[in-house]
Amino acid sequence: MAVFEPEAEGIVLDAEETGGDIAGRSPWALAGRRLVRNKLALAALALFVLIVAISFAAPLYSKHVANTDPFESNISGTVTIDGKTEPVLQQGGGKLGLGETPIGPTWHSHYLLGADNQGRDVAARVLYGGRASLEIGLGSALLASFLAVVFGLVAGFFGGLTDTGISRLMDLIWAFPVYLLAISLATVLLTAPNGLNLGIFNVSASSLWIPLVIIGVIYVPYVFRPIRGQVLSLREREFVEAAIAQGASNFRLIFREILPNVASTVIVLLPLIIATTILTESALSYLSIGVQPPKASWGTIIEDGQALLYTRPTVAIAPGVMIVLTVLALNVLGDGLRDALDPRSKVRMK
Amino acid sequence: MRSRSLFQLLTLIGLAALVLTACGGSSKKKSSASSSGNAGGTLMTVAKGAPSGSPDPQINYTLQEWQLLIITHDGLLGFKRASGTEGTKLVPDLATAIPKPQNGGKTFVFHIRKGIKFSDGKELKPSDVKYTFERLFKIGQSPNAGTWYNVIVGGDACVKTPATCDLSKGVIADDAAGTVTFHLTKGDPEFFDKLAVPFAFILPTGTPNKEVQLPPAGTGPYKFVQYNPNKQIKLVRNTNFKEWSKDAQPNGNPDVIIQKFGLSAEAEVTQVENGQADWVFDTPPSDRLNEISTKYADQVHVNPLTAVWYWAFNVRIPPFNNLQARQAVNFATDRNALVKIYGGPKLAVPTCQILPPNFPGYKPYCPYTKNPGSGKWTAPDMAKAKQLIAASGTKGASVKVNTDTVETDKALGLYFVGLLNKLGYKASLQALSPDIQYPYCQNSKNKVQFCWSSWYQDYPAASDFLNILLGCSSFIPNSNASPNIAEFCDKGIQAQMDAALQQGITDPSGANTKWQAIDKAVTDQAPWVALFNPKYIDFLSKRVKGYQFSPQWYFLLAQASVK
Repeated sequence: MAVFEPEAEGIVLDAEETGGDIAGRSPWALAGRRLVRNKLALAALALFVLIVAISFAAPLYSKHVANTDPFESNISGTVTIDGKTEPVLQQGGGKLGLGETPIGPTWHSHYLLGADNQGRDVAARVLYGGRASLEIGLGSALLASFLAVVFGLVAGFFGGLTDTGISRLMDLIWAFPVYLLAISLATVLLTAPNGLNLGIFNVSASSLWIPLVIIGVIYVPYVFRPIRGQVLSLREREFVEAAIAQGASNFRLIFREILPNVASTVIVLLPLIIATTILTESALSYLSIGVQPPKASWGTIIEDGQALLYTRPTVAIAPGVMIVLTVLALNVLGDGLRDALDPRSKVRMK
Repeated sequence: MRSRSLFQLLTLIGLAALVLTACGGSSKKKSSASSSGNAGGTLMTVAKGAPSGSPDPQINYTLQEWQLLIITHDGLLGFKRASGTEGTKLVPDLATAIPKPQNGGKTFVFHIRKGIKFSDGKELKPSDVKYTFERLFKIGQSPNAGTWYNVIVGGDACVKTPATCDLSKGVIADDAAGTVTFHLTKGDPEFFDKLAVPFAFILPTGTPNKEVQLPPAGTGPYKFVQYNPNKQIKLVRNTNFKEWSKDAQPNGNPDVIIQKFGLSAEAEVTQVENGQADWVFDTPPSDRLNEISTKYADQVHVNPLTAVWYWAFNVRIPPFNNLQARQAVNFATDRNALVKIYGGPKLAVPTCQILPPNFPGYKPYCPYTKNPGSGKWTAPDMAKAKQLIAASGTKGASVKVNTDTVETDKALGLYFVGLLNKLGYKASLQALSPDIQYPYCQNSKNKVQFCWSSWYQDYPAASDFLNILLGCSSFIPNSNASPNIAEFCDKGIQAQMDAALQQGITDPSGANTKWQAIDKAVTDQAPWVALFNPKYIDFLSKRVKGYQFSPQWYFLLAQASVK
């Protein structure tokens, strides 16, 4: 396998990285060292890990702290705070008594961030919502990256008609505005009476797999483009030609010579793609065509909170803050990874 | 009587104000006005969007446009412009009197008032009536032409071939004698009601026999001068109008009535609070209710509606083709919780039956409650519900709960998803855009198991709920226009409905006793979970006086005064 030689590639090293420092170290070790030195990227990584951890701890929070089922309506329920029992939905005041307003943030374990219009605990739902948003965001980003790598390797390596065919297919997907394509696919799949029926696979309309696959597919071209470009370039490099001269098979050329050299590109792109897919998932769920109620995602909670912006803004603000923090963390982490793995900064998300 | 006295008092106050204004040196000329308020000014109303569908008065089927059409046009008969039950009474409008039925309820002779002019200056003639009813079929898009007016002799042929519609045997106009004679193929106890709604409002001869984009000339106190669905509708006074019946078509107060479009409901409420608009057409958003209830209580009016909100079971497919399963869900439903979702006990009253209170044929009946017998719903009976579910053998079945994405409707759907799961079903929510949800549910091809809907009266007749929503002929397979969403058809109950309709031609009160029994029989079959009867909120600016609410037309815009 050919290895990455920074100096031979004409890469200007950091002031701290002298020739002696990098001698005998693998490019991955060098990248790791650069990443560790980037305090901002490490803080972003820590924040992202924290968000993932608390989101996946949602069942523990619901059961042992909030003592509530965040998916079940509690419209006629009551809550006791500081010895005082109050209805979760409170009737409007004045002489007319119109409207029912959910309880606001109590800053206690029960209804920490208040209730939504179904009387459900917003804090517990934000954690569960994070779990769904992260599952879909990570899953669809991995799916998009996997498909993009496969198509990018095949198209870039074989070229000719294969490249033309795959590239035009990607152009076709790219030609549709992202949200228009996602909305169209989601609308068709969500209104199908029996969900998605693929022979032995039957996916119900409320399954998380539907938004995951839709979002994954629409982002394939965005990862495919830079990977194909890089494969086209690597295909002509001396170490590949040398391997061909030694009689290496196509399989060996792709998986042993080229794939390891595009891995850094995928790693740099991945956090940025995850951030984008989380945003897309939130947008689709906000439009009622992503995660289906009573399941929660940050997007569905914002939608629930939209009707309460005037009286209970925390319902929409809490998931909004979580989205901002997650996307910010992933973008900063992505920048850090790019600086560590690709100091020439050739790769950018479009 | 009480409301009439109030308006006389307002008139006196109004006159006093006029004298004071005159003394103050105002030189503004006052227009003619309703006797119940001050004339002049512009009533500025706001709505999220224009009335859906066509602006054509013979096609549009929305309250929003009907509220305007009743002050620009007239029918032969009309609903009395009054509050309370008075507002459900039929009074002669363009006709001089309500005719006596002849020929076993199949012939009616109307005498047309003389001297009435359309807003374009043409005089109203009996031949305009014939022209109007032929146009109703010829335009080919009137939603109820084939179901409400096909009873006129020649109507069925007109439905089949609209372009060549000829009602010369069904509507005989005699301009010299000033009469119009209607011949029906069979007696129709609701024919007079159908003459009093905008589809049957009289248009001048020569109105194009195709959909129009600006409602044509009418005989009411106002006329349309602008109908821009993206901007606004504007009505100004019809200078040819002279009041002929205060009950049927009183003169209006504002000189101009404008309805602006494009704001969100939140922004509409803010505009009324700030005095930039006078009335919000849309229901104020739920998170503003507490605010208007506490800070603007004097500007809010809440009125009960003859309407029902319900969830329809599909009685032809599992699991709700099982009566016990349907009854179980009815017993388990916490109607108080649903009332809370709608806006609280001041805005809705729980119900178990089809007909709304204060409606012909209504008698309180609620079998699906703890301690039944009083006719009122008190609390859910979960134990009974679970017992019925077990007996039905439907536990574990998948149920798709269909609703739309409007905040309240979706919240109701979420409640039922939770409830059905609690009862042992595998429920999931299907929330569709409001534009497609109702036709989607109506079409039997989509096999919707459990669907949200609501119904507001067209006119005060029990059959408008029971026969239209649950009659056998209202289920049209594979059609987007099949109002019997439950696909309910009970031959025995249908025979009772047919008998009640027949009796209604000659004996309306006897027929209403029959409708009481039908309401009870249908409720026992549980094709729906009837939830509640809603109330309507009118939020007005400080300057609006003379508010009147008709149970038929809701806020009577022209009777309000802004001066």
